Amino acid sequence: MKLPFEKLDKAFENRLRLQIMSILVVNERYDFNSLKELLDVTDGNLASHLKALEKEQYITVHKAFLGRKPNTNYAASEQGKLAFKQHLDALEQIIKQQK
Amino acid sequence: MKESDIQNDLTSIRSMMERSSKFISLSGLSGVLAGIYALIGAVWAYTIVYGTGGFFSYRDYVIENVPASPERLMKLIGIALGVLVASVTTGIILTIRKARQKGQSVWGRTSRQLLYNMCVPLFTGGALILILIWRGYFGVVAPASLIFYGLALINASSITFKDIHYLGISDILLGLLAAIMPGYGLIFWVIGFGLLHIVYGSVMYFKYDR
Repeated sequence: MKLPFEKLDKAFENRLRLQIMSILVVNERYDFNSLKELLDVTDGNLASHLKALEKEQYITVHKAFLGRKPNTNYAASEQGKLAFKQHLDALEQIIKQQK
Repeated sequence: MKESDIQNDLTSIRSMMERSSKFISLSGLSGVLAGIYALIGAVWAYTIVYGTGGFFSYRDYVIENVPASPERLMKLIGIALGVLVASVTTGIILTIRKARQKGQSVWGRTSRQLLYNMCVPLFTGGALILILIWRGYFGVVAPASLIFYGLALINASSITFKDIHYLGISDILLGLLAAIMPGYGLIFWVIGFGLLHIVYGSVMYFKYDR
């Protein structure tokens, strides 16, 4: 039997990336500052993980300005939503097998 | 990857989905207190509108045929504003306290969304009611305030606890009943803003506050 661990998405191995994705699948868009506040992480840490998800094409970035302040919004792509669902399915299978 | 890791992953997914999209720091206790303020205000208003006549006797609005009506009207508006200010202030203070306990930001994305969702129907209804009072349609106050408040709650319920949704539906039904029986407006108002707030506030207090 094939080990379901292999089906787990490497991109979601990191807890923070998994949390970012969880937020973006239930919200149409989320801005950088709200993400930072909710996850309670530093700018640099959050930015690097967002970058990684962007590279996988799991999220899309929308840059805008509110007055002079940059306001960057993030949204989950269709590909990202699918990957997230498959990751959850894999987690479910692992739990079932361990029972 | 161990089982505990998976459990932690799932817990954090769930928590982030909820915390990012819902404002879960609304205080149930503030609902109970708002209901009590409304009851006090209603008893006071009752003596002004209906005089001290029998409770179940035929009723009509005293303010419409008494010369001193502007003064009474101002008193009623004063009571209503007093109840509103006391309820909103209590709500804000208790919600800030609960948000601190839960570590949720009071002025974040979810609370702003919640406020916006509530304010659109509330201000629409409030403006409409003021316009109708100004034009002399006093009978519309009780049904319209209940209906618009109910709509505001339903509109807000997607951002917070689901219980609010049913409170909204109950208030809309009461508002429609109040429109059918205009002479009993204050009674429906007491049920909708007083009793239901106390009932739903207690339910939410026992479910989420502790």
